Amino acid sequence: MSAWVSGVGVCAPGLPDWPSGRPVLAGSRPYGPEAALRFDRVRLPRNEARRATLTVRLALQAAGEALDAAGLDAGRCGAVFACAGGNTEALDALCQALLEPERALSPGQFNHSVHNAPLGYWSIATGSMRPAVSVGAFDATFAAGLLEAVALARLEWRPVLLVAYDTPPPLALRPFRAVGAPFGLALLLTPEPLPGSIATLRDLRIRPGAADSLPDERLERLRLSNPAARALPLLRRLAIGGSAALALPYLPAARLELNVQVR
Amino acid sequence: MAIKPLALTARTVTNALGRGLDASLSALRCGESGLRPCDFEDAALATWIGRVAGLEDEPLRGDFAAFDCRNNRLARLALEQDDFAAAAAAAAARYGPDRIGVFVGTSTSGIGATEQAYRQRDPATGALPENFDYQHTHNVFSAADFIRSWLGLSGVALALSTACSSSAKAFASAWRQMSAGFCDAAVVGGVDSLCLTTLYGFNALGLASPRPCRPWDIERDGLNVGEAAGFALLEWAEPEDWRVLLRGYGESSDAHHMTAAHPEGAGAALAMEQALARADARPEQVDYINLHGTATPLNDAAEDRAVLRVFGPDTPCSSTKGWTGHTLGAAGITEAIFVSLCLERGLIPATLNTRQRDPELGAGVVLDNRERPLALALSNSFGFGGTNCSLLFGRNAG
Repeated sequence: MSAWVSGVGVCAPGLPDWPSGRPVLAGSRPYGPEAALRFDRVRLPRNEARRATLTVRLALQAAGEALDAAGLDAGRCGAVFACAGGNTEALDALCQALLEPERALSPGQFNHSVHNAPLGYWSIATGSMRPAVSVGAFDATFAAGLLEAVALARLEWRPVLLVAYDTPPPLALRPFRAVGAPFGLALLLTPEPLPGSIATLRDLRIRPGAADSLPDERLERLRLSNPAARALPLLRRLAIGGSAALALPYLPAARLELNVQVR
Repeated sequence: MAIKPLALTARTVTNALGRGLDASLSALRCGESGLRPCDFEDAALATWIGRVAGLEDEPLRGDFAAFDCRNNRLARLALEQDDFAAAAAAAAARYGPDRIGVFVGTSTSGIGATEQAYRQRDPATGALPENFDYQHTHNVFSAADFIRSWLGLSGVALALSTACSSSAKAFASAWRQMSAGFCDAAVVGGVDSLCLTTLYGFNALGLASPRPCRPWDIERDGLNVGEAAGFALLEWAEPEDWRVLLRGYGESSDAHHMTAAHPEGAGAALAMEQALARADARPEQVDYINLHGTATPLNDAAEDRAVLRVFGPDTPCSSTKGWTGHTLGAAGITEAIFVSLCLERGLIPATLNTRQRDPELGAGVVLDNRERPLALALSNSFGFGGTNCSLLFGRNAG
């Protein structure tokens, strides 16, 4: 099973987009987490954009960048939205409201609380009616989403947007779930090469064993701080070029092995 | 060309009708609903619900105590019916435990555990109780993780969470990942359990009916939230397979509105057409459609348009929500398994509680149980965010 990477998007502290994140990941520019998140590619109607939570904006920003990079019409693309924690702001608001005597939940918060809210907004914003799914696998979410996205791209023979994103949990949940900075990324995967394709991903398989870490200490901390950031070794390879065998973290005691060849 | 079909080689359901396949089948046959006036926790809501009796008294213990929450209790209860866990163990022995994937749909997972933790917050600091275990209860992957652990499986695993289409889409993911060679067999299913979030949430949206729900009825006025778990073991079908087969699936997005279905049912129609195309089947070959049929005025109207567009008015259809309530992320698996039972028994179930069909709606909704041989049947599941999934099941005449 293999697929082409034909577009990349990233939205994370110190990695505000792919062109500026690339030299950082390749090691030619130092990593500085202070650079703010950018949301200039969130394609939502104005009234929806105003209400959109950080989780939604993070996903849509990364998705928008990857799609623009590939120059494809979103209407042709399937989508796999991979998120471990869901729309945590909305879930927190609902649990808080349930503590009040009248338990008057906000219909908007309830709508936003579904795990597939970012995917729903994406399809509304782009008009895409193609097959799309919203998935999670705790800290294995990125690798699990990648398997699903490659399978979808290959079996339906269509471009598939893989979007992985997670935001820090609400204050009350922080002692119980360690997610540091917000992190979002998107890979536009295609079953065959496009003129702008940058790499192939081949031979994806689950095997026992430990995953790769990153040589840069601060990037390694970022990798471990967010389930979506577990993709960083793959992004680093895309930034450096060449070919390599990678091992990304999967479920306990297992890893996702794949071969990456950058054009 | 038709896709390679998957056989349902073991299956089970648990819902308001009771534990296991027989409880559901006999209730479907005799028209006995599992709905009751809302008596969940201290929810003071004038609505009806589909509650699974006894979950309050059956905590997960020992090695699985960390997973203890209503949602995982319900998953465990279902896994223990119909020898499902034994069938999964036998499959693990045949394929290897690392070659069986687990694909579980859920909408709210174990959010009830977080609701309870918020209620037990320290009044001074606001801190949640120390024994709260977010990962193993509330997180969307908790049920998949629990099921995998309970069954001793170590292959690929995925939680699918697209609101009310979640566990229908588990079938599509399993087909893809088996076809891709990521696993050789799959446990698919879903579990969603009652919680205050969904009961008060649907109430806030004005979608919770104060009566037993009545899909397609002229006086339909909303849904009843229910809870359920169900599982199927999927293996590649053999030639001349006599079991119920997944023959096709279709997935689409409405790209219209977060909560309102597309008024013309465009996305829903697309999902049904794709399911037919994957099976290389024509609409007139379908003997029965199990509708999503939540009984909200707009959802039923949109689905009606979609069914009419693809099938016309003659294909017998029904919604079984009047038996179980709307079990949200578990609706897809619950109704997939109902459809498999209907195919085997030659049963077209009624649309329970519905008395007078809405004259504005034209699909062939049946109001009384019918018995006749069935070869192909479709199950529809649609959800918030405009997510649609249709599954086509078939059985060889035998």
